[in-house]
Amino acid sequence: MEIDRRDFMKLAGLGGIVFASGLGGRILGATRPKQEEFYFVQLSDTHIGFDGPKVNPDAKGTLKKAVAAVNSLDQKPDFVVFTGDLTHTTDDVKERRGRMTQFQDIAGQLNVKTVHYMAGEHDAALDRGDAYQEFFGKLNYTFDHKGIHFIVLDNVSDPGAIVGEAQLKWLQSDLKGLKRDAPIVVLTHRPLFDLYPQWDWATADAKSVIDSLMPYRNVTVFYGHIHQEHHYMTGHIAHHAAKSLMFPLPAPGSAPKRAPIPWDDAAPYKGLGYREIGADVKNARYEISELAIQGA
Amino acid sequence: MKRTMILVLIMTTGFGALAYTTSSRPRAGDLKVIKIAAKKFDFTPNDLTVKKGEPVALELTSTDRVHGFSIPDFKVTARIEPGKVTRVTFTPDRTGDFTFSCNIFCGSGHEDMAGRLIVTD
Repeated sequence: MEIDRRDFMKLAGLGGIVFASGLGGRILGATRPKQEEFYFVQLSDTHIGFDGPKVNPDAKGTLKKAVAAVNSLDQKPDFVVFTGDLTHTTDDVKERRGRMTQFQDIAGQLNVKTVHYMAGEHDAALDRGDAYQEFFGKLNYTFDHKGIHFIVLDNVSDPGAIVGEAQLKWLQSDLKGLKRDAPIVVLTHRPLFDLYPQWDWATADAKSVIDSLMPYRNVTVFYGHIHQEHHYMTGHIAHHAAKSLMFPLPAPGSAPKRAPIPWDDAAPYKGLGYREIGADVKNARYEISELAIQGA
Repeated sequence: MKRTMILVLIMTTGFGALAYTTSSRPRAGDLKVIKIAAKKFDFTPNDLTVKKGEPVALELTSTDRVHGFSIPDFKVTARIEPGKVTRVTFTPDRTGDFTFSCNIFCGSGHEDMAGRLIVTD
């Protein structure tokens, strides 16, 4: 079931989540946030190493522009998170590491104290995450920030797009220590529901993950993979997909193939972008602001 | 054993198409058999036409590496290992154009590895 923005706002309201989207807005207003409020930035699907001038003639510059934009924010985000596909896949193991080095060189320019990374299938599926872990550390982990429990789930290093039994047990063990009303944010790469399995836009064992999360009342998922903004509810759990910083993809099932949308000279960087996510910890509410990439 | 299998068939067909990788092969002549070869990054053939209500057996092979085969609309999924034939049987229960694709990530052309299943009356 796809829902439009108005319907989503109604549903999200019931679930205790506020959704907002605009261009260039500063999260949480112009004033300094209260102690229990903060914001972070989500960057996704940067695909360093991708080469397709008709799709993105600025393939080597788009992430740099996003990094510069984040660095120019008046109020620094508490952290930045990259939700996978940092690099474009290659069979060449040396080139794979070369692309990860290129990514690190650019992401390392972020003037933000904390950056969290996670893998996409382009980074990790061909070697079960070996190269990724050399550069970026664990494939799944948790962290806490100002009262919110963040869970990073790996649904990509198994090329069959599964979370797997071992990680599922790890998740369930982690959740056991939380109160049922604890604010929880899940960060992952693929959708944790059957968005459009015909295009591989799914996680094979997503139902087991959602079943584990369902008893917790304040769960929100942020993910990437589909290269476009998308919002969906599984029960009270909201799922928000982010845009790519390399190429946009068509809406689910709207084209014969999931081929990248060609570059539009009349509207450079159209469909690309990143987002700010304002968190109201006390109420487990999130405010999303989608930001476009500005040309040189 | 035989009784168990018949019971499973009756229970499953109520939910639409039936799919299974099988070692107990249906009788020859009951099925339309289609051989499909997978390699990076395509299926040959990639356009299949079958009839609604008639069982189909797909015989899947790979010449290079592990691939997946998935027709989500009919809950068909298989893992194709090089060097052996993977047999998948299903009965399409509705007409239309459907997508099949590789659902095991296999490299830079993985997203293009797909085909079309046409089900006619």
